[in-house]
Amino acid sequence: MSAARRDRTAGRSRHPALADDAVRRRLGKRYARERRFRWYCRIAVGLAVLFLAVLFADVVGKGWSAFLAAEVRLEVHFDPEVLGAAGSAPGALAFADLDAMWREPLLERFPVAADDRAVRRALFSLVSDGARYRLQEMLAEDPSLVGERRTLWLLADAEVDQRLKGRGADAEAVAAGEGRLSPRQLAWIEELREAGDLRLAFNHRFFTRGDSREPELAGILGAAVGSAYTLLITLAICFPLGVATAVYLEEFAPQNRWTDLIEVNINNLAAVPSIVFGLLGLAVFLNFFGLPRSAPLVGGLVLSLMTLPTIIIAARVALRTVPPSIREAAYGLGATPLQVIQHHVLPLSLPGILTGTILGMARALGETAPLLMIGMVAFIVDVPSTPFDSATALPVQIFLWADSPERAFVEKTSGAILVLLAFLIAMNASAVWLRRRTERRW
Amino acid sequence: MTLVWLVAAVLLLAAAGHLLGRRRALAYRAAGERLHSLPAHYGAYVGLWSAVPALVALALGAFAAGRLAGRWAAPALAGVVLVLAVGGLLWARQRVRPGMPAIRKVERTVRAFLLLASLVAILTTVGIVLSLLFEALRFFGRVPVTELLFGLEWSPQTALRADQVGASGSFGAVPLFTGTLLISGIAMAVAVPIGLLSAIYLAEYAAPRVRNALKPLLEVLAGIPTVVYGFFAALTVAPAIRRWGEAAGLDVASESALAAGAVMGIMIVPFVSSLSDDVITAVPRGLREASFGLGATQSETIRWIVLPAALPGIVGGVLLAVSRAIGETMIVVMAAGLAANLTANPLDAVTTVTVQIVTLLVGDQEFDSAKTLAAFALGLVLFLVTLAFNVIALHVVRRYREQYE
Repeated sequence: MSAARRDRTAGRSRHPALADDAVRRRLGKRYARERRFRWYCRIAVGLAVLFLAVLFADVVGKGWSAFLAAEVRLEVHFDPEVLGAAGSAPGALAFADLDAMWREPLLERFPVAADDRAVRRALFSLVSDGARYRLQEMLAEDPSLVGERRTLWLLADAEVDQRLKGRGADAEAVAAGEGRLSPRQLAWIEELREAGDLRLAFNHRFFTRGDSREPELAGILGAAVGSAYTLLITLAICFPLGVATAVYLEEFAPQNRWTDLIEVNINNLAAVPSIVFGLLGLAVFLNFFGLPRSAPLVGGLVLSLMTLPTIIIAARVALRTVPPSIREAAYGLGATPLQVIQHHVLPLSLPGILTGTILGMARALGETAPLLMIGMVAFIVDVPSTPFDSATALPVQIFLWADSPERAFVEKTSGAILVLLAFLIAMNASAVWLRRRTERRW
Repeated sequence: MTLVWLVAAVLLLAAAGHLLGRRRALAYRAAGERLHSLPAHYGAYVGLWSAVPALVALALGAFAAGRLAGRWAAPALAGVVLVLAVGGLLWARQRVRPGMPAIRKVERTVRAFLLLASLVAILTTVGIVLSLLFEALRFFGRVPVTELLFGLEWSPQTALRADQVGASGSFGAVPLFTGTLLISGIAMAVAVPIGLLSAIYLAEYAAPRVRNALKPLLEVLAGIPTVVYGFFAALTVAPAIRRWGEAAGLDVASESALAAGAVMGIMIVPFVSSLSDDVITAVPRGLREASFGLGATQSETIRWIVLPAALPGIVGGVLLAVSRAIGETMIVVMAAGLAANLTANPLDAVTTVTVQIVTLLVGDQEFDSAKTLAAFALGLVLFLVTLAFNVIALHVVRRYREQYE
């Protein structure tokens, strides 16, 4: 196209009409307008892509550090006196003053008068509550530790963590009393860091724990398991129902008003706002059928109603790509309608159906609003063990953390978004891969 | 949990029935009889007879037991279901005869199942309409429809008196409607130009390689969960707009309509662009070539020939996008405010219908207050409005498709 235009421009003076100055000027204007229009189009695409880049850069920039956690090196003495006489007995552990075990080495390092409570508290707040659980677990696992000395990397508090990642308030703000850390705490952190007793290590808690009020202890496992149960139930309902509906509409349904009604209805249902499905779930599944609130079971039911139209539409497209000649050949050999579908049409359209199903599941995985309606927004620490337990889902966890005031939760939120996006990218990529691999032209 | 085990037991029995029925048919064949159908069909026949009645009873029973719970309900139900499964199996097995047309019966059953499956979509719509209507009517019993639709004051949270029934605040939803309109308007102001121009670029100008690279990128925008957009709008875009506004000497609310609307607009870009792309590429090549032949430049051809020809499809796509914007929830829940301001200033905080539905229902356990019922009334309005947009849009798109085919 552009080569042709260049020829036209080059030959401009030869054409009699172009000898006229007015015509030539007008033509120049028209070409200028063409170039401007082209730039508008480029800018529009550029804006969309730029936004995508900014969004990803922003989330990755905020979230990468969620996979790291600050730890303090302390030499812990499992002192039998502190642990008490029954130190190693499993029941007694809960009552033993395990905090004293990590507090003492900290006090040895930064001596603070025993009566200076406020300063002591400030010092102790550098280490997370998680340190106690860690020591408790170690003792429960290996009672022979009592009386031993061990050098341990214990989890630091979220504020220390943020400071180490360079996200804390700057020095001036701290001096002005605006930061969450006092100047004295900052001096301690600096000293620990220079001595090499403070490090950033892989944050395995983020992947192995449920939610927590303490940012440094909060993890996404509970939400991820909730999402997994929800999706399993969605898939178990959606896939058979969706394929069955598509088969009926494509292969059996007579051309009449009733079929038209079903079709229009499915197309409309695909465009109903997701929150309306949440209202449906609340009114029907929770209030009418009395199913448990906050359970992945109900979440899966609601999401399956929401995803069903998507899967039906995708499956119908896939069924339509199977050429009629295959059906006719099978009928010619004496197959019954069901045998034609079961032996020929379904196997041939299965890759397309699966692609559509994966895409529908990806959409269900990212959906939040309907889950809010059926109460999957509670603060839940435990990882759910069945689809009937209270749970949240990954996107809901993101919503909950995004609402938290602590600065450290911003990082957690972005980290959870990264995990969610990783799942979505994996699902979409596998759908694309499946489509490429099995694409067939008849 | 017992439910899961019961279903598993029934399915196991059905599998056993399949094997038994098939074996019986095979025995007939071995004895030299001529079977009407394949042995597998006799198996399927017995399997269906042991599974279907039992599962239907289980579904009905589970529903009844959920309503009238009793100590004996669960064991009795389990007994009935298992008896039905075993009974169905034995009865169907003794009906397996060489002349029995098992295949026809199996096909008829499966066809009935397919028909039933296609009814689920209808049932869903009916369920949505009934549940919204039912709760909304209860709401309108306490607060008149006219107050909801035309009232200017929205403050459902403030109870006048603790023991007061039906009047826990005022329910004039006009500020919500204008807020929704404002944010959707901003979103469309962002989405329509960007989406349409992107579609024109991809369909008319871009080289195939560029198109193949850019199109999936735009579709990524549609695949990002809305909660991620909400997070981005609330924590990055809104503060940035506030900073710029303050630098320009403007008073910007920290939860400005502009931030939520702009981010929502970007979310909607792929809807507009992919639908427009489809209709633009569907415009016949001949129209363009006729225009080029008359000496029009490419952009003139696009503006005077292609776009007018594709207009109905584009309008349909935009209407679908509007319905999407109105019903979008997470972005506005996270980035728009709760303050029901009646304003058209995009720098102010406004609230939307979806935000109010969420705030009214999340964390609230009592189900009889006007507050929670109001959420259903708002949901009904939302459903009807988006439904109207969808019906018109689908109608326009469908009419347009017929034009060139």
